[in-house]
Amino acid sequence: MSWFEKLVPKIEATGQSKSVPEGLWVKCKDCDEILYRAELERNLNVCPKCNGHQAVTGRQRLELFLDEDSREELFANLEAVDPLKFKDSKRYKDRLVAAQKSTTEKDALVVMQGRVKGLEVVVAAFDFRFMGGSMGSVVGEKFLRAAEVCLAKKIPLICFSASGGARMQEALMSLMQMAKTSSALARLSDAGVPYVSVLCHPTTGGVSASFAMLGDVNIAEPKATIGFAGKRVIQQTVKQELPKGFQSAEFLLEHGAIDMIVDRRQMRDRIHGLLAKLMHHAA
Amino acid sequence: MNLNFLDFEKPIAELEAKIEELRRVGDGSEVSLSEEISRLQDKCHRLTESIFADLSPWQVTQLARHPRRPYTLDYIEHAFSDFDELHGDRAFRDDPAIVCGVARLNGEPVAVIGQQKGRETREKIRRNFGMPYPEGYRKALRIMKMAERFKLPIFTFIDTPGAYPGIEAEERGQSEAIARNLFEMARLETPIIATVIGEGGSGGALAIGVADHVIMLGYSVYSVISPEGCASILWKDAKQAEIAAEAMGMTAGKLKQLGLVDEIVPEPLGGAHRDAPAMAATLAERLEIAKSRLVKVPVADLVESRHRRFASMGSFTEAS
Repeated sequence: MSWFEKLVPKIEATGQSKSVPEGLWVKCKDCDEILYRAELERNLNVCPKCNGHQAVTGRQRLELFLDEDSREELFANLEAVDPLKFKDSKRYKDRLVAAQKSTTEKDALVVMQGRVKGLEVVVAAFDFRFMGGSMGSVVGEKFLRAAEVCLAKKIPLICFSASGGARMQEALMSLMQMAKTSSALARLSDAGVPYVSVLCHPTTGGVSASFAMLGDVNIAEPKATIGFAGKRVIQQTVKQELPKGFQSAEFLLEHGAIDMIVDRRQMRDRIHGLLAKLMHHAA
Repeated sequence: MNLNFLDFEKPIAELEAKIEELRRVGDGSEVSLSEEISRLQDKCHRLTESIFADLSPWQVTQLARHPRRPYTLDYIEHAFSDFDELHGDRAFRDDPAIVCGVARLNGEPVAVIGQQKGRETREKIRRNFGMPYPEGYRKALRIMKMAERFKLPIFTFIDTPGAYPGIEAEERGQSEAIARNLFEMARLETPIIATVIGEGGSGGALAIGVADHVIMLGYSVYSVISPEGCASILWKDAKQAEIAAEAMGMTAGKLKQLGLVDEIVPEPLGGAHRDAPAMAATLAERLEIAKSRLVKVPVADLVESRHRRFASMGSFTEAS
C-alpha cells in the first residue's frame, strides 16, 4: 500500500458512474458523452461530439424549424375520445390523461403554420413521448386538416414523423387513419402542392406505411430507425440474424426508400431550398 | 386430432360422423334408419344454430382463419366467370400471396384482386400464408391502374394475417408499397368494392381496402393488429389474445356499428366453409348490387365521396 492510499480513503466504483441526474447535464444516447444541456440545446439537440441526434419533442421541433415570430399553432383543441372503452392493463382514458400530464400536449401531433426562411408552410410534428407517437383519430384529423389548409392556400406541407405506428387502443379506427391521411395527400399531389416527409427516430408501422413514405421528397434524420414491422417481430418470423444497420436511415437510403439524410442543423436550409425549386421561387 | 374442425365445432362434427355412419349401415341393411337419421339431422341443425348464435370475438377470429374457409380463388371460381390471372409487378417478381386478374361478373368485365392463402402445406408455403411482399401490393396497384384505364370496376378480397414481416420485404419497401396503394386507391377513377372474406390483418389488408363500398362476411374479422400481436404488446402475453380480440371490437357487427364498414353479408349456417358455393352465390348478388349502384355515379363524385368516406373516420372532441 503506497503512502497516498494510506492517506486518502478508498473510493469505490458505484457501477453507475455514467448516470447523471436530470438537470444541467445530459448523456448522449449514442456516445454516452456527458453534455452540458444548454450547449446541447444550442446545437439543436445534436451531440457536438458524435453528431448523434437526440430526441426532441414535437413542439421543440417546430420551434427549431420555423422562423421565430411566424409560428401559429393550429387545431390545438382536438382531443381523443375512447369509442371502444378500451382497457388493457390500464384504461385508454387513463393512459391519455397520464400522457397529457407528462407531455402537456393534448395528443401526439402538433401542427403549426408559419414560415421557413420566409416561405409560408404548414408543419406537423410528432411527439414520441405521447403514447409512443401513436396515430389515433386526433393525429389523423390534425394531419387531414393541415393538408386542407395547404390545399386551400397552396402552401407546402411538411411532416416530421416519430411514431411507433397506429394506436392499438383505437383499434380499426386507427388503421383507417392511414387511408384518411393518404387520401388527403392524394388531393394535395393532384393540386401540385408539395409535401415533404421527414422521418425521425423512430418511424414504424402504420405511420411509416402511410404519409411518412409519401413525400414528394422523403428525408430522414441520421441513424433514425425506419421500417414497417418491428425488429423483434421480424426476428421471430424469419429466425435469422438481421443484417447490420437494418432499418436505419442509412439502410433505407441505400435501398432507395428515401431521397436523402439531412442533419437537423441543416434541415431548414435544405427543405427551404428544395421547396423553393419545386415552387419555382427565385434563388 | 382432426385439424379441420375447431374446438367449438367438435360436437357438430361428432354428430355428423354419427349420421354418416348410420347412413353407411343403413345402406347395407334392411332396417330403415331414415327416421333416426332425419331426427339426428334436425338435432345437428339445432345444435349448430345454438353454437353459432353466440360466438365470442375470438371464436369468430378462429372461423375467419378456418383451414377449410373459402379463399379468394374459391370466390373467383364460384362468383365470377372467364377469369384470366395476370402475374407480376413488372419490376421484381410475381407474388403468389396476391392473385389478380380480369374476369366477368354476370357477364360484365371486371378486375379482381385478393390475398390468397394455401390449402395444403406446400401451397401454404408457396402462398406465404397469405402474407404479401411489397411486389404483391405493386402487382395489385398495376392491375388497379389498368382497370382504371379500361373502365373496369374493381373487386378486392381481403384475407391476410398482415403484410409479410421479413428482411427482404423491408429491403424492398413494404411501407412504401402499402402507403402507395392507399394513396393511389384514394384517387382511382373507377368503382372499388372491397370484401373482407377472412382475416383483415392491419395495413396489409387496408392496402387493397380503400374502397367505395366495404363488405364483411359474417364471420370475418378486421383489425389494426392481430389479437395475438395486440396481446403481446399491451398485455405482454400473447395468450391473452382472446381478451384482446374482445377489446379491439374486430367483428363485422361491431365495425358496422362504428361506421367503418358498410355491409355485412351473412354466412351459411355453421360458416362459409360449410357451403362455399352458397356463400359465393350470396356474395355475388351483393357485389352485383353494389357495383350497379356505383357504376352510375359520375367518376368525379365517386372519388370525392370516397375521400369523404375515409376523411370522416375517427372520433375526437374539439373544445372551443
